[in-house]
Amino acid sequence: MNEVLKKIVNEAKDIFDNIKRKNKPVLKSPIRSLSNVRYDSSDGFFELNGSMKSRTLSANTVKTFAQTLKMMALSKELIETEDIATKREAYYVSKNWAEARFKEQAESDTVMDDVEAMFQVNREQLGFTPEEKGGDIAGKLIVIDKNPDTGKEIRIDCTKFGSGAYSIPSSVEELKFETNAQFILAIETAGMFQRLVKHNYWKKSDCILISMGGVPTRACRRFIRRLSDDMNLPVYVFTDGDPYGFLNIYRTLKVGSGNAAHINKYFCVPKAKFIGITPQDIIDYKLPTHPLKDVDIKRIKDGIKNDPFVKHHKKWERALRQLMQMKVRAEQQALAKHGLNFVASNYLPDKMKKPNTWLD
Amino acid sequence: MSLDSFSESKEEPSLPDTTERKPVKAHELAKKQRDISIAEFFEKNRHLLGFDNKRKALLTTVKEAVDNSLDACDEASILPDLEIVMTDMGNDRFRISIEDNGPGIVKNQIPKIFAKLLYGSKFHSLKQNRGQQGIGISASVMYGQLTTGRAALIKSKIGVGHPAHYYELKIDTQKNKPEIVRDEEREWSKDHGTKIEIDLEGSYLKGSQSVDEYLKQTAIINPHATIIYVNPKGEQIIFPRATEEIPIQPNEIKPHPYGVELGIMIKMLSWTVSKNIKQFLQTEFSRVSSKTADEILEKAFIPPKTKPAKISRDMAEKLIEGIRNTKIMMPPSNCISPIGAELLEKGLKKEVNAEFYTSVTRPPAVYRGNPFIIEAALAYGGTLKAEGSAQILRFANKVPLLYQQGACAVTESIGKTSWRSYGLQQSGNNIPQGPCVILVHIASVWVPFTSEAKEAMAHYPEIVKEIKLALQEVGRNLQKYVSKKRRVKDELKKRSYIEKYIPHVSEALKEILQISDIEEQSITELLEELLEKNRGELENMEFDEKKNVEYNEEFANIGKEEKKEEEDERSTKEDSE
Repeated sequence: MNEVLKKIVNEAKDIFDNIKRKNKPVLKSPIRSLSNVRYDSSDGFFELNGSMKSRTLSANTVKTFAQTLKMMALSKELIETEDIATKREAYYVSKNWAEARFKEQAESDTVMDDVEAMFQVNREQLGFTPEEKGGDIAGKLIVIDKNPDTGKEIRIDCTKFGSGAYSIPSSVEELKFETNAQFILAIETAGMFQRLVKHNYWKKSDCILISMGGVPTRACRRFIRRLSDDMNLPVYVFTDGDPYGFLNIYRTLKVGSGNAAHINKYFCVPKAKFIGITPQDIIDYKLPTHPLKDVDIKRIKDGIKNDPFVKHHKKWERALRQLMQMKVRAEQQALAKHGLNFVASNYLPDKMKKPNTWLD
Repeated sequence: MSLDSFSESKEEPSLPDTTERKPVKAHELAKKQRDISIAEFFEKNRHLLGFDNKRKALLTTVKEAVDNSLDACDEASILPDLEIVMTDMGNDRFRISIEDNGPGIVKNQIPKIFAKLLYGSKFHSLKQNRGQQGIGISASVMYGQLTTGRAALIKSKIGVGHPAHYYELKIDTQKNKPEIVRDEEREWSKDHGTKIEIDLEGSYLKGSQSVDEYLKQTAIINPHATIIYVNPKGEQIIFPRATEEIPIQPNEIKPHPYGVELGIMIKMLSWTVSKNIKQFLQTEFSRVSSKTADEILEKAFIPPKTKPAKISRDMAEKLIEGIRNTKIMMPPSNCISPIGAELLEKGLKKEVNAEFYTSVTRPPAVYRGNPFIIEAALAYGGTLKAEGSAQILRFANKVPLLYQQGACAVTESIGKTSWRSYGLQQSGNNIPQGPCVILVHIASVWVPFTSEAKEAMAHYPEIVKEIKLALQEVGRNLQKYVSKKRRVKDELKKRSYIEKYIPHVSEALKEILQISDIEEQSITELLEELLEKNRGELENMEFDEKKNVEYNEEFANIGKEEKKEEEDERSTKEDSE
C-alpha cells in the first residue's frame, strides 16, 4: 500500500476508534508560520519546530473537521485511481459536499495545506497539483521527459527555443537532465530574462537561465534543486534590490517558507547565492532608485525581527539595515541606465568575478 | 363670537402718522392706558395655557377636568370612576362633559373654582398634585365662553343627604369674577361627585396628541382609576381599573428654604401670622429647627425678634442669602407618591406587546429644595417596530405629557444616556433607535414645567441626573436581556452547526475506512452525544405574542386608528378630484 494512503487510513482509523471509545477526536498538524521554523546553515533550510496545532472536535471546529476528513477521502480516492486534481478542481469537487462545501478556493487551499502538513507530504503526493506555471528555461540544458501517450523518452533542447523558452511542468520529479553549463542563473523578472536571452547571455557565459516570475513556484524550486543536485551546478539568484526580492524570492528559494515548512526539505536550494542587486550595488553602480514603500519598510523590520534566516546571516541583516538607511530600492532594469546591454556585458561578468560582492 | 374674531378686533394696528409728527402729551397717552381685562390677558397668552389651536383646546379642557377629578378622588381616598363624553355639535363646536365620583365641592366654592382665574388650593401648598396652578379648569370655562358664548354647567354633591348644587357659570372678563347665570338645587342619584359640561370650539382628530391617546396614557399611569370615554364618533371606550389599591396619599409639606425665591419669600412674609422672624422660619418652612433658624438669622444679620411685617426687601434678600449659606437638612420625601415599578410595568404591558419589560423606581432626590422621585420603565422587542426612534412616554405627577417632547428634560436625558452599550442603536445625543418604548415618570411636590401649559419639564441638572440614573438602570437590565438573547442565538447556531456537519464527518470516515451504513449511523449518533451532552437545556427566547396576558390590542390601538382613516379620506378625496 502507498505510504501516503497508509497515513490517511491510519489517521481515519484513529479518529474512528476515539469516537467508538467516546473520546472527542483530535486532528494535529504543525503550525505553519515563521515563528515555528528554525534555521541551521548545516541543514540549509527552514525546518519545523515542534509546535502543533490540534483541532479537537467541537461545535466550533466541526465544520473544518468535516472538511478536512472529506479532503482526506478525496485524496485517498485520487491516489487509488492514480488520478490527479488541480487545487481549483478540488474546490469544485467540494461543491458536492452539501453544507460542507467550500465557499472560496482560499478555504479549500488552506484545508489542503493542513492535510499536507498533517502527513508531512507534498501535495502532489496527495494527488493535488497547482495550476501555476513553473517558470521559463533557456540555455544549455536538455530536459528528458516522457510522451504521455507512448511513454517514450522526449529530449527537449533548451537552446532551441529561439526567443522563446521551455516551461517547467507542474510536476518535475520524473525529469532527467543533460548539460554542460557552468552555472544556473535564476532571475526574478521575465523582462530581465528576455533581455539576457536576447543578448545570448547563456551562450556567452555557458549557463542555464531560469525566469522565476516573482516568488518561485514549488515546481520551479524543485526543478532548480534537482537540476543543481543532479548536475552539480552552482545557483546564482538575480533579483531586484528590494526587500521583496531579498526575502520573499531569494530566501524562499534558498531555505523555504514558514507556510510550507513541512516540505521545505525537498523544495529548498541551499546552495543558492545572491548576486544582485545588493544595496551596495545601488551605490557602486549609481543606480536610479525609488523610495521605499511602507510595505517595504515593514518587510525589513519583520525580517530583522522574526526571520530566522536573517537572524542567522548577519551579512543579510546588515544589508537590510543599509537599505533601510538609504530609504530606497532599485529594480533589475535600472541597470539599463548604463545601456541596454550593460547588464550582460558588464554587470553580471563583474559580479561573477567578485564573490565578495555576493550575499549568502 | 369666535375667539379668532375677538382677537382681530383687539389687535387693530395703530399705524403711526408718517406725514406729520405731533408730540404726544401725557394725558393723551393716559387715554390709552386702562386695565387689561382678564379676557385680554387670556387671549394674548393662550398658548401658555394650552389653547394655541382648536385641537389642543379639546385636549387641554379634558386634561384639566380629569386632573382635577383624579386629584380630588385621591385626596378623599376614593377609587376614581370617571366618565368623559365628547359630542360633536357641528360647526367646529364640541360639548365636553366630565363626571366623577369624587368628594364633591361645597356650594359657595363652586363659582370661584370654575369661574375665577388663578383661584385654587394647590398653588400655595407643596404637595404632589396633578394640577398645581389653579388656572386650568377656569381657563377652559373662559375659552368655552369666548368661543361659544355659552355658560359652563356644573353639578356637584358632597354626600348622601345633601342636595346636588347646579350652577350655570360665566366669567366676568373685566373683573375676573364669577357671573352666576343660574343657581339651583337638583336631585342626583349619585352619592357624591362633580359633573362639568363646557361647550367650546375645537377640532377632533385621533393620533399621538389626541384626547384618546391622553386618556389611554392616563389609564396606564393611573391603574387604580376606571375611565369611561365616549368620543365624538360615538365610540365608547372603557379603561377598567387594574388595581383596587388606592395610592398612598402624599403628605403636604411646607416649602424647603432652599427652594424659595425672593418674590415668594416677600409674599410669605406678608401672609404669615407668626409674631417674629425666627418663629416664621420655624413654622413656615420644613427642616428649620430653632438652631437652624438662629444660624440663618445670624448670617443674614437680622435679629430673631424682628416682626415679619418689618422685613424690608433688602432684608428679605439678606435672609435668602443667609439660607443659602446655612446647611439645612434635605426635605422629607414621604410627600411623594410614586406609582411603583410593578404597576408601571403592568400599565406598559397593556399598551405594548413586547418580549421584555423592565422598570425602576429611584430613591427620592431633591432639586432646589423640592423632593422628587423618578420612575422609568422600558419595553423591548416583540411586536415593536425595529426601525425608527424609540417611542417615549412622559408623565409628570401621573399626568401624561403629549406636547413639546423635544423641549423636555426627559427627552434630553434619554438622548444623553448612551444606549449603544445597552444594545440599542444611537447616533450622537439623539433618541435611540430600535424596537423600544421608554417611559419616564417624575413625581414631585412641584414639577418644574417650562410653561403653564405643563407640556415639558425644565432642565434642572439634578432632575436630568436622576432621570439618567433611572434610564441607566433599566438600560442595564435591557443589556442583560439582549446579551442573553444573543448568547442563546449563538448557542442555537452552534447546535445547528453540530447537526449539520456531523453527518459529513461520519460520511468521510465511511469513505476512507469503508465501514458499513450501520456503523456510519452509529458514529453519527455517538458524535451527537459527544458534542451535545454538555450543552444543557436551552431557554426558549422566541417571542410569544400570547405570553403577555396584560396586553390588550384594542387598548393599544386607541388613538392610533385615525391615521389610516385620514389617509383613506385623503386618498378618496384625491380620487374624486
